[in-house]
Amino acid sequence: MARKITTRRKTLNTLFAWGIGLLIFFPILWTILTSFKTEAQAIADPPVFLFFDWTLENYAIVQERSDYMRFLWNSVILAGGSTVIGIAIGVPAAWSMAFVPSKRTKDILMWMLSTKMLPAVGVLYPIYLLFIKLGLLDTRLGLTIVLMLINLPIIIWMLYTYFKEIPGEILEAARMDGAGLKEEILYILTPMAIPGIASTLLLNIILAWNEAFWTLNLTAAKAAPLTAFIASYSSPEGLFYAKLSAASTMAIAPILILGWFSQKQLVRGLTFGAVK
Amino acid sequence: MAFHIRALLGACSVAALCVPAAAETLTIATVNNGDMIRMQGLTKDFTEKTGHDVEWVTLEENVLRQRVTQDIATKGGQFDIMTIGMYETPIWGKQGWLVSLDDLPESYDADDILPAMRGGLSVDGTLYAAPFYGESSMIMYRTDLMEKAGLEMPDAPTWEFVADAARKMTDKDNEIYGICLRGKAGWGENMAFLTATSNAFGARWFDEDWKPQFDSPEWKETLTFYLDLMNEAGPPGASTNGFNENLSLFQQGKCGMWIDATVAASFVTNPDDSTVADKVGFALAPDTGLGKRGNWLWAWALGIPAGTKKEAAAKQFIEWATSKEYLELVASEEGWANVPPGTRTSLYENPEYAKVPFAKMTLDSINSADPTNPTVKPVPYIGVQFVAIPEFAGIATQVGQEFSAALAGQQSADEALAKAQALTAEEMEAAGY
Amino acid sequence: MATQHSRSAARIMMAPAVILLLGWMLVPLTMTLYFSFKKYLPLRGGDLGWVGFDNYVRFVSSSAFWPSIQTTLIIVGGVLLITVVLGVLLSMLLDQPMWGQGVVRILVIAPFFVMPTVSALVWKNMFMDPVNGLLAYLWKFFGAQPVEWLSDASIFSIVLIVSWQWLPFATLILLTAIQSLDSEQLEAAEMDGAPPLSRFGHIVLPHLSRAITIVVLIQTIFLLAIFAEIFVTTQGSFGTKTLTYLIFQRVLESQNVGLGSAGGVYAIILANIVAIFLMRIVGKNLDA
Repeated sequence: MARKITTRRKTLNTLFAWGIGLLIFFPILWTILTSFKTEAQAIADPPVFLFFDWTLENYAIVQERSDYMRFLWNSVILAGGSTVIGIAIGVPAAWSMAFVPSKRTKDILMWMLSTKMLPAVGVLYPIYLLFIKLGLLDTRLGLTIVLMLINLPIIIWMLYTYFKEIPGEILEAARMDGAGLKEEILYILTPMAIPGIASTLLLNIILAWNEAFWTLNLTAAKAAPLTAFIASYSSPEGLFYAKLSAASTMAIAPILILGWFSQKQLVRGLTFGAVK
Repeated sequence: MAFHIRALLGACSVAALCVPAAAETLTIATVNNGDMIRMQGLTKDFTEKTGHDVEWVTLEENVLRQRVTQDIATKGGQFDIMTIGMYETPIWGKQGWLVSLDDLPESYDADDILPAMRGGLSVDGTLYAAPFYGESSMIMYRTDLMEKAGLEMPDAPTWEFVADAARKMTDKDNEIYGICLRGKAGWGENMAFLTATSNAFGARWFDEDWKPQFDSPEWKETLTFYLDLMNEAGPPGASTNGFNENLSLFQQGKCGMWIDATVAASFVTNPDDSTVADKVGFALAPDTGLGKRGNWLWAWALGIPAGTKKEAAAKQFIEWATSKEYLELVASEEGWANVPPGTRTSLYENPEYAKVPFAKMTLDSINSADPTNPTVKPVPYIGVQFVAIPEFAGIATQVGQEFSAALAGQQSADEALAKAQALTAEEMEAAGY
Repeated sequence: MATQHSRSAARIMMAPAVILLLGWMLVPLTMTLYFSFKKYLPLRGGDLGWVGFDNYVRFVSSSAFWPSIQTTLIIVGGVLLITVVLGVLLSMLLDQPMWGQGVVRILVIAPFFVMPTVSALVWKNMFMDPVNGLLAYLWKFFGAQPVEWLSDASIFSIVLIVSWQWLPFATLILLTAIQSLDSEQLEAAEMDGAPPLSRFGHIVLPHLSRAITIVVLIQTIFLLAIFAEIFVTTQGSFGTKTLTYLIFQRVLESQNVGLGSAGGVYAIILANIVAIFLMRIVGKNLDA
């Protein structure tokens, strides 16, 4: 940066940004804190922030009631599986649209996005009947396919916008050197495309992890992920703030941690072609 | 090994077919209420006795209803046992969607089930779901606050008395609200309460020709009375309070009176969760002298969807979970007060259980509800706090939203009733009445 | 530049995606259309025959229809407005030099990782509850009467919850766009004595227009479908019934699949109107 920044201004920026950052983060922080309180402390008036008797009791109760690991494992498989398959299908499609564009490319892309606008509640009945016929109800396979399909348009679009930013000259140069399609993809495009693929991967894991309509309605006991886990805590009897907080923390912690560790990668490709 | 064989033989004696079946894994959908959570904790006992495993799908009430209805209507076969209520059972039973439970063995003693419960879960005398716990509604009140207000609660109060007491108990500066009633929209939430209450005021949902009756003076009186009372003596945000929210308020000592499900009695008197455990009294739900009390009748029951391949094992589970032995098992582990109430006559004849403070009032409340004859004027339907037709849940939830908006002060009682009348007529016409 | 060979290769590479999405669109769509012309009541025996356009007429003539369209547009519009305006401001702030920028960014994007059900539950119970909620304590602390958020300010509350979830997404995209802004151009303008507001209006905002369109497009797709936030908080009471929720009510609460399917067809039409409208703008912006 060419300009001198006064320390005063930097301090002001810092204070202001941290204040807003903490404000936005506060609901999550409060949930995590509450999960370590007793039920009585959770609704204490005035509210207690840090000085209470920290307890793991709520986590023990939640774990005793529902086997967290099973739900977690399903979430991992569904979110991971649907994303990986989606990318495997999306990369070639996005690649060909970005590098061999035709007149219809844009229309196809927009049509793909428009399939995302099908309201899930409206098609629940048909899909449920279809799943019964195919024996896919409450299977990880069935849900992985559905999650893959609902996110595929976003995957393709994100990859497309990213691939488009890879300069065409590089490709031409490679072709002059006699590189075939395979070499093009393997040696030139892949290394340049990896950041875009990585961030597409991350965004879609988040989207699939948090999808709460299909995952709840097409599962019972075997394939139910964390969205179903949380559905049994939404309004239990009596005081439940602390238990709800513990269950909530358990449901969001894995993805929160993944998101934080990989936020640089996530941000890098999350442009949707907006930067130019 | 010897034990194992005996377990299988035991299974034989209860199952209809005496073929030593392999151990099954049952998938059971249930609601996240305290008694069901306790049942999950005790599943080990069932597995030891029969060799069958159980996988639980525990969901919040609204989600559960949506899931099981969807599944049974499409014959999805996701669940071997479903937790359903007194509303669903007769409708589904009539459709032939549930397995008859009439062939449970002698030792199960189906005649021991309280007649009101058995009646509500049967179609033409055939039992389609076995009650896991049963409830009516009653008044739970704070004895200390009642005393402070200089009043004494009769065993069978009138609405007039309750309203008067509520206003006198209210002390908003100290966050004490005279009465907590359901306000959250939903056919099983505010409409359960309001429909039952309307019976006491002489109102009804439909006349004999299935014409909606929200334009009647009785409904107007019911709703106006409720709104006035809640505005003067109810807690803030009452329009979003359901059973759980009110329970939490009562346990924190913020309600003078609470009229709700009898099962709540064991929660408000449990010193672990309730700050007012030793100051709670019970009374019958109020009336207005017209001959009907505003108390409902409900049971959470276990039913088997027709078409399950694990019918025998599922029946064994139902037999276990709704048996006298299960009640004893809970009693031995958690005490008599935590036994699922309201299902068996023998429970109320048990001298140990008679010591539980709310036992008698629960039984009296259940016995005073009459689903086949719920209202002052004649009606073509059965059900105290619901109308046992498939359309009711959808209609009542929308009506409940109008009443809830009236409680929030967003529209008047007249507006709410007019909208309720219009939308009920609309939906009934769509259903072909 | 593309040869015949690479064209056919491209077609093959696109085929799986296109075929899958075509199937995913056509199969449910056909079935929805089929049901929408039927009287289909699962609780009354299922298929009760063809009824022509009855369901379509009934769905629109229901007193709940127009309010639901209005609510949908208010919620989508409200969230878009809040996330874009705050997103622009926040991204400009985050672009400034400061200490601990990385940590602040982590704090700001966190809500995006929270599943909608959880965020609705947390907001509803721990913040907006009029007796035990944190906001109620805050109001009482300042001597005010606690607000009954979910009944008295229901739409605002839902917009607030949803905006909280989507603000991070908008901020991130806008931030990447702002970082690509040529700082010399800004400095030059500053030298010329252009006041901050005009610098923002003439340089920053035009530069961001593309990113804003992207944010609007993607969020609209997701916002038209919001469901969990309403299901958990108000269940459609107090004027928060969106079109999606109305369809849910028809299909699952009233168990009228025919009527709900007709509603589904209307929702597809609405979504496509919005989509065409949006894509016109985006398409233009993307080509530029």
